[in-house]
Amino acid sequence: MTLDDIKGILGALALTGRGDMEIDIGRAYCADLMSDVLAFSVTNSLLITGLTNAQVVRTAEVADIKAIVFVQNKRPDIQTIAMAEAKNIPLFVTELSMFDTCGRLYERGLRSQMGPTV
Amino acid sequence: MTVNSDGVFFLTGKDFANAGSASSNLKGILEKRGIPAEVIRRASIAAFEAEMNVIIYAVAGMMHYTITPETIKVVLQDMGPGIPDIGLAMQEGYSTAPDYIREMGFGSGMGLPNIKRNADKLTINSVVGEGTTVEFVISLERSGR
Repeated sequence: MTLDDIKGILGALALTGRGDMEIDIGRAYCADLMSDVLAFSVTNSLLITGLTNAQVVRTAEVADIKAIVFVQNKRPDIQTIAMAEAKNIPLFVTELSMFDTCGRLYERGLRSQMGPTV
Repeated sequence: MTVNSDGVFFLTGKDFANAGSASSNLKGILEKRGIPAEVIRRASIAAFEAEMNVIIYAVAGMMHYTITPETIKVVLQDMGPGIPDIGLAMQEGYSTAPDYIREMGFGSGMGLPNIKRNADKLTINSVVGEGTTVEFVISLERSGR
């Protein structure tokens, strides 16, 4: 599943201008606890979260997360967006709830690292 | 205590705007050295958790790093409240963080366990009322794990 696919499935808006929309996202993880993300996420995945502070982008950077989707139309501030731009981590915002965001992506085949693969 | 190292980052307590920048810089240094991505990820996650602990709890601190062909060693020394019971602090889910830290996505009691999970060796020394030193070593070869 590409970032472009994810953007379409979620009706999401891109908050960052750069980044390759064709990169393949194989896995996803969702949490508002950044320590859980650091403990349980996998590399090259998508992070789905309702937190919008700068630490979310830092967490994505150190955990090698490829992109972040913010749910419920929550938007990070301009400094956080600028940091993500600088670190080449695309940010998206969707109006969907975290439940619906995960549900729609799961329905289309996206999985976490631990769940069933089919 | 003086630490011999390749470099040092200075950390300021409660400076949440820059929290994580030392770990981010360390990650960049490791990438330039051509260290495998999986090793860099473990070192970066451990450093980030340790850095957040200093920002959250201490007045100030330092992050020293030493890179050899075999290991990455990171030492964080802080001037903070100290940890009264390290065994308790190592338990997943145990935390003394205030609510505003939890609202930032941290303080869920996974910091020290996450460092242990990613490091090959972890040493914590703490004196209540003085500060804490967290030292971890990541082996570049997995055989040490």
